Amino acid sequence: MDREQDLLTGSVIGDEGVLSIEELARACSVEAKWIIELVAMGVLEPQGTDISRWRFRAADLTCARRVARLQRDFEASLDAAAVMLDLLDQIEQLRARLKRAGLDVDLDVE
Amino acid sequence: MEFKDYYKTLGVERTATADDIKSAYRKLARKYHPDVSKEPQAEARFKEIGEAYEVLQDTEKRAAYDQLGNRWREGQEFTPPPEWGAGFEFTQGGASTTKAADFSDFFSSLFGNFSRHAESAHARGEDHHAKIFISLEDAFHGGTHTITLRAPQVNAQGQVVLRERSLNVQIPKGIRESQHIRLAGQGAPGIKGTTPGDLYLEIHFHPHPLYQVQGRDLSLSLPIAPWEAALGATVKAPTPTGVVEVKIPPGSQSGRKLRLKGRGIPGEPAGDLYLVLDVVLPKADTEQAQQIYHTMARELAFNPRQALGV
Repeated sequence: MDREQDLLTGSVIGDEGVLSIEELARACSVEAKWIIELVAMGVLEPQGTDISRWRFRAADLTCARRVARLQRDFEASLDAAAVMLDLLDQIEQLRARLKRAGLDVDLDVE
Repeated sequence: MEFKDYYKTLGVERTATADDIKSAYRKLARKYHPDVSKEPQAEARFKEIGEAYEVLQDTEKRAAYDQLGNRWREGQEFTPPPEWGAGFEFTQGGASTTKAADFSDFFSSLFGNFSRHAESAHARGEDHHAKIFISLEDAFHGGTHTITLRAPQVNAQGQVVLRERSLNVQIPKGIRESQHIRLAGQGAPGIKGTTPGDLYLEIHFHPHPLYQVQGRDLSLSLPIAPWEAALGATVKAPTPTGVVEVKIPPGSQSGRKLRLKGRGIPGEPAGDLYLVLDVVLPKADTEQAQQIYHTMARELAFNPRQALGV
């Protein structure tokens, strides 16, 4: 147990683009060219025009890591993983709507 | 440490073929993948399955694991035999440190010795990720959060060992669900003095008994009496920063939303707090209450099903 005493202050990654393509690639343990493909597919939407100025937000980080996991764990193609991502997003939104409507049920997804 | 029965984890016989193992893994991975599964404990199960597969899919690791024999049971106290690892060379190496962080002490005691090769390919330490659950109050006021992490580290002998460490992290006021806090240099240490990786903390809120959170906005179901809804009233409502008085407009119905601007999660701009009105009927359990309902029925000529044409 080290560093117990220090109080660490980090930087917040939120709705503003802050991560460069190198930083995002490193955070996902992938190559930069894989990120470029995801941008071309419209899965990630960086702020900024050319690649060196792209800046990614928290949502991009979450999406990219998820696609990387889906691809790796299911040996899925990038396209298949992107479709899975869209469907999972839709399910999450529907669940959130159910919850807000007071129907806090866990759907049986068998 | 506890013994792990990898065959049991994947639900296959010790005699299973590589194809059997792969097929068992794929089925379980689909069921427990944390991105797609709603099973309780999916994430923990998925890690166990991944660990079992990591060993059993690799001929060399599987052969070494099989040498332990079948006298061990899942969960039994275990120390590797002194002759462990002799005569084996693992070409795949151990798992990468990212994966090793997810694996058990059992795994790293058996296969952790062989990870150095995989690790030295990275010039810079890998980034690590963790989820933290904070209270909504922390987002309103800021706070500190202590997180305990199991982080793999390469020791002087070149072995990957899991070390527990705890970090005190400042939670900035105004942080929201799904945002990340990035702690520079708190990821995996770099090899031979190169830059360490970063640690990303993904923020989640504990469910709150009163407020539902949606981005920077909150909503609260506010119970009101029928006469407050019908005639309008000024009533008290809780907010995360204290009790406020709100005006219920006359003629309100259940489901009507009143917006309290800027009473959501603080920030630029601050979120809003939505009060969702919920008209609650008094019980008709006294003669007097029944009288009042009878009077309403008689005097109001009210048909709530008019729109249904009946």
